[in-house]
Amino acid sequence: MPEPTTAVPRQSVLRRLHRRVSPALRWEGALSVGLIAVLVLGADLSPQFFSSYNIFTLCTNIGDLAIMALPMTLIILTGEIDLSVASVLAIAAETMGVLVQHGWSMGPIFVVVIAIGVVCGLINGLLVTRVGLPSLAVTIGTLTLYRGLADVILGPNTVSSFPAPYNQLGVNGFFGISWLSWSVAIFLVLALITAVVLRMTPFGRSLYAIGLNQEAAFHAGIRVKRVKLGLYVLSGVVCALVGMLYAFELSSAGENIGIGFELQVVTIVLLGGVSIFGGRGTIFGVVLAAFVYAGLRSALLLGTSLNENDYQVVSGALLILSVVVPNGPDLARRGRELARIRLRRGVEPLRGDGGA
Amino acid sequence: MKVHGDRLRAWSRGSGRARGLVLAVASAAVAAVALAGIGSASAAQSHPLKARASGGLKKGLNVYVVPKLLGAAYFTVADSAKSGGAIAGLMKLGEKGTETSGSAATPASELPAIQAAIAKGANGLIVSATDPTALCPTLKSAMARGITVVTYDSDAPTCRDLFVNQASTAQIGTSEVDIIAKEMHDKGQLGIVSAAASATNQNAWIGYMKKELKKYPKIKLVDIVYGNDDPTTATQVTEGLLQKYPNLTGIISPTTVGIVAAAGVIDTKQYRGKVHLTGLGTPLSMKKYVEDGTVQAFELWNPANLGYLAAYALVNYASHKITGKQGQKFSAGKLGTFTIGPNKTVLLGPPTVFTKKNINQFHF
Repeated sequence: MPEPTTAVPRQSVLRRLHRRVSPALRWEGALSVGLIAVLVLGADLSPQFFSSYNIFTLCTNIGDLAIMALPMTLIILTGEIDLSVASVLAIAAETMGVLVQHGWSMGPIFVVVIAIGVVCGLINGLLVTRVGLPSLAVTIGTLTLYRGLADVILGPNTVSSFPAPYNQLGVNGFFGISWLSWSVAIFLVLALITAVVLRMTPFGRSLYAIGLNQEAAFHAGIRVKRVKLGLYVLSGVVCALVGMLYAFELSSAGENIGIGFELQVVTIVLLGGVSIFGGRGTIFGVVLAAFVYAGLRSALLLGTSLNENDYQVVSGALLILSVVVPNGPDLARRGRELARIRLRRGVEPLRGDGGA
Repeated sequence: MKVHGDRLRAWSRGSGRARGLVLAVASAAVAAVALAGIGSASAAQSHPLKARASGGLKKGLNVYVVPKLLGAAYFTVADSAKSGGAIAGLMKLGEKGTETSGSAATPASELPAIQAAIAKGANGLIVSATDPTALCPTLKSAMARGITVVTYDSDAPTCRDLFVNQASTAQIGTSEVDIIAKEMHDKGQLGIVSAAASATNQNAWIGYMKKELKKYPKIKLVDIVYGNDDPTTATQVTEGLLQKYPNLTGIISPTTVGIVAAAGVIDTKQYRGKVHLTGLGTPLSMKKYVEDGTVQAFELWNPANLGYLAAYALVNYASHKITGKQGQKFSAGKLGTFTIGPNKTVLLGPPTVFTKKNINQFHF
């Protein structure tokens, strides 16, 4: 192999360039630029983009997903995942539908919905922490299980007889602010709280510690399993409450409610710069990502002939992009290390790996 | 271990002042852009109409046609310009027509499309409601913005300006029972393959079917199953129905998707001629089954005419030529003159019955 002599200087130039540019290319910085670009694109594609109605629709379309992205962020930070979020939403919404049909008032329904969230979260959390199953498998299972239960509860019906102040949540702004939806207002408040907890409390820092090295975190005195269990319960409760909110916004609860939301939520979290391997990411990034995601969707729907289905392509591309780009340096470094090891070992690296 | 430790320490040290500054500047810029945009929003909101009074009807209206879902043949015929549907009517009157909706026939899927249409500055909406009340908050807010809302095919009675009814509910329900009763020789077990359990029109028709069935005491309605206007689901529930009731001799499917699926299931030696099927179907999709004798007769209105009439009704309403009062008349071009009935409803006319004799005359 005559390569090394030329490859070494090229690498170092790249590395020097990377070191100089990387502070400005911090993920959140890039997202801020991305958000501005999306807003400019939107304004350019359609004069209606900044109309208060469109901003409001943009808000109603992202608020619920964004709220669910907060507990998802915490879970992914610890290196786990919860794919059952949209199914918990469905169980809560459809149960609420049945209870409204039976003439229950909102107070008791609220309590039942929270209980549903706790139970769903406990099942996920116990299977992951106490039984020790991988969270991906567990929550794919409960994704189907909870969705199935939701359909059993309500059957093929749609309930749309929610009382008046509630079913207006999807058309009235937050305290009369016509462009701000309730969901986004709630999201911003919750995001602030989550950000403070994550950044400034020992609990918040412990999530990063768990995500970076579970064993080390455990030996440092962090109750890893209990923390994770708590996060799954939190996720269950938040998603159940979002189920209520979302059903109010649609002024209906029916089959397939919120179907496919889990992937959109994961997309927002990863686009926000949270590492899928855990231990890295900020709430600020997730907030930016939510608005980039919503803004891009709105701009494309409004200014082009794309429809909701077409946007799935964009959404999927964003998901892959947000996994590949932040992990790019890591992957490249690992690649270089591998190459170095192989060089040291000499030739035939592939057969050597297999034989060991 | 060492690598992890370093990363953790880097994090807990905080992210550095420079980075914080970058973020602060960036977010301030975003906020400024956003606020500036919202400030100019009120200007963008009022979209003046290019109203030219020719024949008293407004031109250049931006009308969105919102079927229950995109891609269903029935709605494509009802809406598209090629088939002479709603958009053809709108074009004839000099308006801009666009079809939009979701991918599933649910409010959750239809609502974002309606909201996007409003955001795009719609002057009129022609909507087939996936639920009688779920769309109401959004449709009411559209009406409050001066957007004319006409429902067609499936009504949302409390939140629209006009409803264009394809056929009288009573007529469809009773006539389908009469057709199947004749084929079943007035006796035997009957099943219904409907669309979604919450579909307004389906349930209204089934209500009249039950009333009409009282005339045929020897026919027993054994079950109603729901195929959700999805070919696969409709096929499965029909198969389930036939397995559960082996003595079943009649099926009514008052949905164009359901009847094709049901016909596919009974198009076998086992069932053909033994199980009778009628309902609402499009001639092109049912032609095969009528010609091979699986189905003797079914009915439907012409969906293209329904869309066309809805377009004329909307433009007349938006031009203040009609206000929805009972007895008002308006012209719907090639379809003739129509009169507004009770409850702000316009009726297209009696359904057409398709049999082997006439099915080749229709191309939708």
